[in-house]
Amino acid sequence: MKTLASFLRHPAGVIGLVILTGVVVLAIVAPTLFPVDPWDMVAAPFEPPFDGETWLGSDMLGRDVAACIAYGARVSLLIGVSSTLAALVIGVTVGAIAGYFGGRVDEVLMRLVELFQTIPGFILAILLVATLGPSLSNVILAIGAVSWPQLARLTRAEFLRLRSREFVQAAVCQGQPPLSVVLRHILPNAVSPIIVTGSLMIASSILIESALSFMGLGDPNLMSWGFMIGASRSVMRQAWWMSVFPGIAIFLTVLAINLVGEGLNDTLNPRLSRKARAA
Amino acid sequence: MGMNRREFGKLGLTAAMASVAGIPLGLQRAAGQTRGGTLNTITHPEPAMLVTAISQLQPTLTVGGKIYESLLRYDFDLKPIPGLAQSWSVSPDGLTYTFKLFPNITFHDGKPLTADDVIFSMTKVLPETHARARPIFTRIESAEAPDPLTVVFKLKSPFSPFLGAFDCTTAPIVPKHIYEGTDFKTNPANDKAIGCGPFKLKEWVRGSHIHLVKHEGYYRAGEPHIDEIIYRVIPDAAARSVALEQGTVKLTQWSDIEQYDVARLAKLPHLDMTTKGYEYFAPHLWLELNNRIAPMNDKRFRQAVMYAIDRNALLKRVYFGLGKIATGPISSKTRFYEKNVKQYEHSPDKAKALLDEMGLKPGADGKRITVPFLVTPSGELYRRVAEFLRQSLLRVGIDLQFEGTDVAGWIQKVSNWEYSMTTNLVYQLGDPAVGVSRSYISSNIRKGIMFSNTAGYSNPEADRLFEEAATATSDEKRQELYSAVQKIVVEDVPIAWLLEQDFPTFTDKKLKNVTTTAIGVHETFGAVRFE
Repeated sequence: MKTLASFLRHPAGVIGLVILTGVVVLAIVAPTLFPVDPWDMVAAPFEPPFDGETWLGSDMLGRDVAACIAYGARVSLLIGVSSTLAALVIGVTVGAIAGYFGGRVDEVLMRLVELFQTIPGFILAILLVATLGPSLSNVILAIGAVSWPQLARLTRAEFLRLRSREFVQAAVCQGQPPLSVVLRHILPNAVSPIIVTGSLMIASSILIESALSFMGLGDPNLMSWGFMIGASRSVMRQAWWMSVFPGIAIFLTVLAINLVGEGLNDTLNPRLSRKARAA
Repeated sequence: MGMNRREFGKLGLTAAMASVAGIPLGLQRAAGQTRGGTLNTITHPEPAMLVTAISQLQPTLTVGGKIYESLLRYDFDLKPIPGLAQSWSVSPDGLTYTFKLFPNITFHDGKPLTADDVIFSMTKVLPETHARARPIFTRIESAEAPDPLTVVFKLKSPFSPFLGAFDCTTAPIVPKHIYEGTDFKTNPANDKAIGCGPFKLKEWVRGSHIHLVKHEGYYRAGEPHIDEIIYRVIPDAAARSVALEQGTVKLTQWSDIEQYDVARLAKLPHLDMTTKGYEYFAPHLWLELNNRIAPMNDKRFRQAVMYAIDRNALLKRVYFGLGKIATGPISSKTRFYEKNVKQYEHSPDKAKALLDEMGLKPGADGKRITVPFLVTPSGELYRRVAEFLRQSLLRVGIDLQFEGTDVAGWIQKVSNWEYSMTTNLVYQLGDPAVGVSRSYISSNIRKGIMFSNTAGYSNPEADRLFEEAATATSDEKRQELYSAVQKIVVEDVPIAWLLEQDFPTFTDKKLKNVTTTAIGVHETFGAVRFE
């Protein structure tokens, strides 16, 4: 409760939360708001926004841009959250093992992380999707695969810091098995920075997904914001609305998640949040 | 002729800029002369090579058509007119073809072109290098040159489309003195592209432009009218539109201009637009169905697909009216078209009835069956076609699941029959025996070969009619046989024919004689001039 109250005192975080809630609500009510399939050609092609039957105009096949954005929100959020979860699972596991056991295990795992970090993330994601084929699960996998090293490093650093603390040593001395020590004593104390990094990672996942879709490497069965911009890029001069509105959607969503992430950082960071409470 | 000082100043400035870039602009034309001038146009995409005897991709044919010529040309009704041959005759038994060449034809290297070069090209080079010329020219039993300007071909058996195969894209003449005894595909002279056409290659800066200049020794007096042609490489669709709009280029062809831009540009006062000049190719857009696997192996399913697609809406929404609804295997622009065939009007109810009859009942979500669809990786237009088809078929309960791939992967999957549905654009090539039957006859079911009968359609009666029509010598008999086979094939719908796609050729109003034959922009351009 205290944390929530502290978060609400963070104006940027609150703005972010409001926008993000809006996007989430839009994603949830999309089928009620636009009962037809977003791929359906409901209007004449190239219909400008704010007049006629569509709110934000129609695209080159006569699909409703507003409906596409609403359904695109589902795709963006789904991919953002699930690929971040995938990255969390891999990253935290690897980081925890490396940080807890140290020594040779740490050595091997960290070399693996470095291997991934030397390859530019986006290029690797393109490579993975192009090789495995563009489908929802492969896109999630590819984004997860390029995002986890950062989390692994962070978790390892936290574990190294906590590993030698007295309460951890005490738990070890009591004969608790490693898994219990990690899950009950170390992880709960390392979770704040992981949550902050993870929340910011959702934003970067959404950006990577948009970029992949823009290049035609998204799941071709899903309507996504990046695809909308990629498909209408060449008609920019005649029909600005087809790329501008999904662009605004990406911008607002990523901005909102970043603001929320920053708000969380300030709230969960004990030093900063105490200062805020004192003030 | 009048040119005020401001215009003159502009020209001077442009000329100065152009000389820096090393690319000449059309100064003579701008000054109002009818002879000379530079034609700036676009090649999209950039060709891999210019030797049309070896590569037949569209950009190669467009640029190479100015460099290489053949014996005949074809008017818009696909009737032969003189090319390198000034006259020709066919013996009554349909076996002997005699061509008389124009005198004084020379190659770009100055050597004369004689009957020997023609025979060498038709019997040695093309059967080895040219996939669609091979089945035609391997029908030649013997070729003789009674004198340097006469060529006599004797065929193994009558084949009336033979006379339709001498355009510069199917039968380009290459110099014997350069290619004889060499490996044609790796001959270093391929980079120089030596032909006998009105233009020769001066310079090719990869990624920038291809510069052709006048061939001074051209055999047709007074041709070519213009001095040079520059094909500019402009990969971005929007940039190509701007170049045409602002007059940087005076000519665009094929897919240079996107469909949605055509109507807008056609209204501009300085441009002319025509969709003529593609009759020889008559590109047929279709939804290919793999007849080997369920449910596409059921005629009722294929007919349901035909009824489910609103092809009129496809033409209007996706192609912006650039084309015509295809009614069957033969394009209405090709000879021997039959219009009295089974009609598949847009009728979702008929489609649903056929699917019900097959036992494909809709599930709770309205979907009857899911079919993978291989999206043709040839640009945004095909992607939009795919999206249109998916929505159309979804309305009758057929759910298409898109699969993405690259060009090489697409060719591999389609030619090896590893697909369920995909779209394809196939040329008719002047005669059904050359461009149509290949997609339907069972003897052309050849694994690994693109543009063969990849759908796997097999009907002995259709096979027989196609074969008889190819070898019949009178046009009446051929029409009768082709009409019969079209009725059968349309009933069977091995392929869901969508559109006879039109391509726009834009020219500056001052540019004349661009589209004069059935191969349009692939023609030599000897007669092209500025007004």
